[in-house]
Amino acid sequence: MNIIQQQLNGFSVLYIKEERIDAHNSNDLKQYIVERIEAGEINLVVQLQEVKFVDSSGLGALLAGYKHAAAKSGKLALSNMQRQVLSMFELTRLNRVFEIYTDLDDAFTNES
Amino acid sequence: METTEIQVDVIIPTQTKYLDLIGSIGERIARELDNYSGDREALAYHLNLVLTEATTNAIKHSSHKDMKDTVRITLRILEDELNIKVYDHGQGFDLESVPMPDFDNPKEDGMGIYFIRTLMDSVTYSKKDETNVLEIKKYLK
Repeated sequence: MNIIQQQLNGFSVLYIKEERIDAHNSNDLKQYIVERIEAGEINLVVQLQEVKFVDSSGLGALLAGYKHAAAKSGKLALSNMQRQVLSMFELTRLNRVFEIYTDLDDAFTNES
Repeated sequence: METTEIQVDVIIPTQTKYLDLIGSIGERIARELDNYSGDREALAYHLNLVLTEATTNAIKHSSHKDMKDTVRITLRILEDELNIKVYDHGQGFDLESVPMPDFDNPKEDGMGIYFIRTLMDSVTYSKKDETNVLEIKKYLK
């Protein structure tokens, strides 16, 4: 799983550099997020601009990250989601769980 | 009599690295469907997803002891139906007992079958001899 991490405006931003999140790489994603949180980066934004496809295990990995951050009194939000990917969140009602932002500026403005 | 216009038959090892390949085949096929009047891009994503979920499921239920185990996937485009069959040689599972996701208390797993049921028109799971078959149909209107 290719991920670039950057500290911005007090958030740990994870840029997912993959077109696909499925059962082949979702566990890596989950582990990566959990490790960041365990390292003290409890406020995260996952930037999904390049992700064209996510399956149920990918949603599960993000949900695991969200729960882990919440358990540490932090927050995991999502940004730059493509339309079809967003429709998966709508189908599973996970758009009611996650804060989903148009872009990083939108995320920083609303989360600060 | 139904005429098979296109049939794709793929056999893969039980490894998740092949999910991309299987999903991509579904996506490409959706774009080639002449008779489909709905949202073709949505169908492309949905077929990618359904094939990915069904194949993941088959890999999960395969007999891990046997390194040579395979999953077979067939796709048939009929005049008014897209037919997908995913064959595995594992212990199988009870499709009817798979619950709906709890949307108020979402869990990390258990959404795969929900996607298949929601996005497709018919889903059945049966066992014949030592082979399980998940059959998925999407009617092409």
